[in-house]
Amino acid sequence: MEDIQILAIESSCDETAASVVKNGRTILSNVISSQIELHKLYGGVVPEIASRKHIEKINQVIEQALEDANVTLDEIDAVGVTYGPGLVGALLVGVAEAKAIAYARKLPLVGVHHIEGHVSANYIEHPDLEPPFLCLIVSGGHTHLVIVKEYGVFEILGRTRDDAAGEAFDKVARAIGLGYPGGPKIDKLSKEGNPKAIEFPRAKIDGCPYDFSFSGVKSAVLNYMNQAKMKGEEVNRADLAASFQAAVVDVLTEHTMRAAEDYGITKIAIAGGVASNQTLRAAIEKACKQRNFRFYCPSPIFCTDNAAMIGVAAYYEYQKGVRHGWDLNAVPNLKLGER
Amino acid sequence: MKILALDSSGIVASVAVVEDQNLLAEYTVNYKKTHSQTLLPMLDEISKMTELDLESLDAVAVAAGPGSFTGLRIGSATAKGLGLALKKPLVSIPTLEGLAYNLYDTKGLICPLMDARRNQVYTGVYRFADHRLQTVEEQRAADILEILECINQLGEPVTFLGDGVPVFRDAIGRTVKVPFSFAPAHLNKQRAAAVAALACVYMEEGRTETAAEHRPDYLRMSQAERERAERERLKKEGTSL
Repeated sequence: MEDIQILAIESSCDETAASVVKNGRTILSNVISSQIELHKLYGGVVPEIASRKHIEKINQVIEQALEDANVTLDEIDAVGVTYGPGLVGALLVGVAEAKAIAYARKLPLVGVHHIEGHVSANYIEHPDLEPPFLCLIVSGGHTHLVIVKEYGVFEILGRTRDDAAGEAFDKVARAIGLGYPGGPKIDKLSKEGNPKAIEFPRAKIDGCPYDFSFSGVKSAVLNYMNQAKMKGEEVNRADLAASFQAAVVDVLTEHTMRAAEDYGITKIAIAGGVASNQTLRAAIEKACKQRNFRFYCPSPIFCTDNAAMIGVAAYYEYQKGVRHGWDLNAVPNLKLGER
Repeated sequence: MKILALDSSGIVASVAVVEDQNLLAEYTVNYKKTHSQTLLPMLDEISKMTELDLESLDAVAVAAGPGSFTGLRIGSATAKGLGLALKKPLVSIPTLEGLAYNLYDTKGLICPLMDARRNQVYTGVYRFADHRLQTVEEQRAADILEILECINQLGEPVTFLGDGVPVFRDAIGRTVKVPFSFAPAHLNKQRAAAVAALACVYMEEGRTETAAEHRPDYLRMSQAERERAERERLKKEGTSL
């Protein structure tokens, strides 16, 4: 079989990224230019600033990805790009750039769903992993529990009714003064705290056993802090962070295991930015071991937004014959499984 | 010299190819549709119609701002992608210079007005002298009345153009004391042909850049940056009191 090399571009939020992926599984390069330090000044990602940074960096990032992979555009077979979901202005930079490169080099263009990319990150380091498997997708904007039935085909079992898991982490982190981004900071502080110190609610949704809700636990944390403040009591932030994190991780783990058991699936993967949360990884891995399930998770570098995962997803779309036209647009609220 | 030019700075999307003194093709659409969906298909159409070999281009020119932030980035990212893929230099043409170039060798002053909302315009004042475009007032974001007063101060006949004209027609009528006119429909909005023709002049002057270094010139900070700068300023004033 002839090698297929894909140049992939990702700019859906605050990382400008490019990668060259060979045959869907071999990462020849993975360049990420993060803007996180810039957005810390504002306590979160500012869309206009993100878009401006993308356009300043994108050519350098792409050129670096080609150089690191030691390939030229002559050796590229297709261009893959994230076209949603994400920040529209940020997405548009990557989409316009990818289209222009593909057009100028007469290469096929493959638009990729950002979340499909996150799921596909699992293929990078697990050559044996193939669909079907169960995947918990947890990030700043998404919380989904899906069965990956075949490459790029999903059955959604559960989703969040309100905040995404990562969003809840960010909001709680802000409330307890940890700043942005909240996930890694809560994870770190939690190590010094007692996860059983405070009992926070674990939301269940009647009739929808795999759906999630995190606004309740977030409110409970805020209430707890307000009450402590009114009573003039000092809050143990480490205990608070650990207890909050335990509540979120418990629900994510429990729903995932229940779905696996109900559907008789023994391969469990996690994906998305929050999948690099060490407590979550450990909890799901342990639960999988107890049940004799195979557990898969990407290294943290492939959990964060990156273009390697987009290249992997693009490869499987490419193999299915998916080609996008020169009128490809950014779709900020693109749904999972939507084309 | 063969130049491809793109302008997606406003509601108009425009693509043109100029070779020396010839306009080979121009495709201009003044209709509300996202430039993301129109710009590249327009280039594709032109390429097919004129059997354009992109490799034969000497440079890619782009209206580099001011304008709609998103529109500018679509044009810039397209130009940067083409520049990267074709290994061609870019020419950044200030949007208002491109507009003024529509009115080549017009007598008197040329004042393009782009609606920037909040009673502001992106504007500048230009004239042609010795068949060359000269900047009288640098392009900037300004209050509409400020630029009209500035026109009065300059005291010469002026031609207005741009999408700000219909928005501020009344203000112009009330405020401007010098003889003035409005450019007609075929010349009063962004035209990539003018961007390309002006880019030829830029090329002769060696004013090119690499695709990697090109970025739009927004003339305005983002709202978050403006608000943060304001907070910092107040904080500083507070501590100095």
